[in-house]
Amino acid sequence: MKFTINVCAAPLNSQAADSALRFCRAALAAGHQVERVFFYGAGVLNSNGLMSPPSDETNLHRQWCELAKQCQVPLIVCIAAAVRRGMLNQEEAERYDKSQHNVPAPFEVSGLGQLIDGIASSDRTITFAA
Amino acid sequence: MSQKKILLIARSAPYGSANGRELLDIALAGGAFEQDISLLFMADGVFQLQTQQQSQLVGQKDLSKTLKMLPIYDIDKLYYQASALGLRQLDQPDTAKPLSNTQIQQLISQQDVVISL
Repeated sequence: MKFTINVCAAPLNSQAADSALRFCRAALAAGHQVERVFFYGAGVLNSNGLMSPPSDETNLHRQWCELAKQCQVPLIVCIAAAVRRGMLNQEEAERYDKSQHNVPAPFEVSGLGQLIDGIASSDRTITFAA
Repeated sequence: MSQKKILLIARSAPYGSANGRELLDIALAGGAFEQDISLLFMADGVFQLQTQQQSQLVGQKDLSKTLKMLPIYDIDKLYYQASALGLRQLDQPDTAKPLSNTQIQQLISQQDVVISL
C-alpha cells in the first residue's frame, strides 16, 4: 500500500511527530511504500537542522534525515507554514533577505499542492497532529 | 491528478492556534486542484462559523473572510456538528448545514481521506 504522511505536530511538544516517524519505519518494514512525508503547521519545526538535544536524547530531525537517506522517502516542508515560523532553507533566506537558514537537505520546501498531490496518488493519507 | 473525497474537520476555535487558518488553506489548495472537498466544523471548531468576529482586537486576520472565499473554489459542502453548537449556546450559522453525530459518522465513512485539525 502507498501512504502519504501528513505531520502537523512539532517535535517534543507531543508524541505525534515521533509516532509519525515510527509509523513510517513500520510501514516500510512491512513492505509498504511511503510516497512522501509532508510537514505542515507546527510540524514544519521537524525540519530544523539546528536542533541540538543532549547526546542521550533522541534527535527527531536527524532521524527524519536518516529515514530519507535509507529509504528514499521525500520530506516536503510546506513553504507557507515554514516561513511564517522562521523555518527557511538557503533559497528562502535569500528571498526574505535573512542572514541565517535552518532547513537543510534532504528536507525540500514546497507548496500545499504537494500534500494534495500526495493524497491523490496514495492509497491512504495519515495525519499526525497534536 | 485523480480526484479524492477529502473531509477536513475543523476542531479548533479560530484564533487560539493556527489550526483553523491552516486547515482552510488545505481546503483552498484542494479546491484549486479539483479535489472533492467537504468541511465539517466540530467541537470548538463551530466558533469559526460565528459572524462579526473582531479578530483585529487580538491582532489576527479575520478567518471568516477566508470562509467566504470557499465558493470561489467550488467548495460548498460545509457542515457543522449540531450538538457542539447547542453546548456552546451559539447562533445557528447560515453558511453551513447542521449534522447529528450519526450523520457525521455517515459523512466520515463516505470519504477517502479525513484530515482533522
